[in-house]
Amino acid sequence: MAYSEKVIDHYSNPKNVGTLDKSKKNVGTGLVGAPECGDVMRLQIEVDDATGMITDAKFKTFGCGSAIASSSLATEWLKGKTVDEAVQIDNMDLVEELNLPPVKIHCSVLAEDAIKSAINDYRKKNGLEELVFEERIH
Amino acid sequence: MLKLPIYLDNNATTPMDPRVLEAMIPYFTEHFGNAASRNHPFGWEAEEAVDYAREQVAKLIGADPKEIIFTSGATEGDNLGIKGVFEMYASKGNHIITCTTEHKAVLDTCKHLERMGGEVTYLEVKADGLIDLKELEAAIKPTTILIALMYANNEIGVIQPIREISAIARKHGVLFFSDATQAVGKIPVDVNKDGIDIMAFTGHKMYGPKGIGALYVRRKNPRVKVTAQMDGGGHERGMRSGTLNVPGIVGFGKACELARLEMAEDAARLSKLRDKLENALLQLEEAYVNGNREHRLPHVTNISFKYVEGEGLLMGFNKNIALSSGSACTSASLEPSYVLKALGLGDDLAHSSLRFGLGRFTTEEQIDYTIKAVSDTVLKLRDMSPLWEMFKEGVDMDKIEWASH
Repeated sequence: MAYSEKVIDHYSNPKNVGTLDKSKKNVGTGLVGAPECGDVMRLQIEVDDATGMITDAKFKTFGCGSAIASSSLATEWLKGKTVDEAVQIDNMDLVEELNLPPVKIHCSVLAEDAIKSAINDYRKKNGLEELVFEERIH
Repeated sequence: MLKLPIYLDNNATTPMDPRVLEAMIPYFTEHFGNAASRNHPFGWEAEEAVDYAREQVAKLIGADPKEIIFTSGATEGDNLGIKGVFEMYASKGNHIITCTTEHKAVLDTCKHLERMGGEVTYLEVKADGLIDLKELEAAIKPTTILIALMYANNEIGVIQPIREISAIARKHGVLFFSDATQAVGKIPVDVNKDGIDIMAFTGHKMYGPKGIGALYVRRKNPRVKVTAQMDGGGHERGMRSGTLNVPGIVGFGKACELARLEMAEDAARLSKLRDKLENALLQLEEAYVNGNREHRLPHVTNISFKYVEGEGLLMGFNKNIALSSGSACTSASLEPSYVLKALGLGDDLAHSSLRFGLGRFTTEEQIDYTIKAVSDTVLKLRDMSPLWEMFKEGVDMDKIEWASH
């Protein structure tokens, strides 16, 4: 199976690999997936409390090229968005942008879950109610 | 000059040796006859070529030419060998013993027979991939008609204790079938010394053409018969109908002859290269060889690089190096290799594995390139891996509640 150029590009030059200080109150961390499934994504956002703007986003991913590309692209999209805007990111947008084939759609679902999980972690840390998302079957 | 891409997936298929192709060519055009045409020179030529190839094939495995049934490959051989015995010996019993790390062509054939009223015992393997001989013997019952165990495993290269297995089979009067696809042509296989009654193997795993293989069926001590699975002209002593693939058979014969003459030299050279590759990659932290390292094919190694996912790893160099992984991120089930899981590997380690299969045309330069490319990619991906970070921080990952999906 050949990968799309965009997947190869994100894999070869991943954007925003790294770790934010999770002890900070304005950093939200999402850790999703499981080692036995072959994908684990950790996605983190740093939020400017005053504006609600995501000023930084980092990821680390254990997974195939599509999983790495999905999380790399997600961090790019997150930066500069408000938390409310970030909630709207849909996995199908990632699928379209990266030209993921059907067997790799679960990678984009995982990235969307990681975003939502990071946002909820941020909300929880800041005394906000966690958002409830529809159960997804991966 | 190093030529890219490098092919290290020789367990999947091997390139054809140019000497094999050369032997085949006249049989596509000039000598195109049907080997079953008894009444003209075209048929005679073809028949003569088939007879010669049958001798070449038989000689490689220490068999009599009459014991060689040409098939389309090992999958057909596995089907014909196992189903053929099941039908032929139905009056003696319906029980077959096999093991969990067999190729799908054996496992799925056994599953098929279970639906047809057969009973199958699937032996587990030990952590090193070898079966337990005591368990094998204990599994035999009065209705057992066949033990079906592979010679060498396609994913980890582990060689089963064939002579001990056949001794047990003999002792209990049970036939012994072996899928020897990965072993024949790579290591010495002798059906008489090894005590094998029925054996499947194929051309394209030993530098011969695809689409041609053979089933060895013993004719003496005991005389074995298998029920044909395809009806037709009664070719191959009635066990496998269908016009013989003469060019394929000629190529297969030549490949067997070359293997017989060059096997020892190839194996010695490849085991050195394999050891060099393996030892260099084991310098990486948290890298483990899967399967028994002593009882193993000389050209194969299977290594797990913990905290890195196999398919992601392949992507780092798959333009330049052809390898396969036990990960199955592309399959709908997301299930990693059942062979590695049968060794007791966790799914995470199974997902992190690479299989290296060296071959006759592998060079030291290619191995050096591969060592560097694989090592670099493992390091790069570990920098990107949240699991590696946790490992380095001493986090106990078994205690994390993973959201499995």
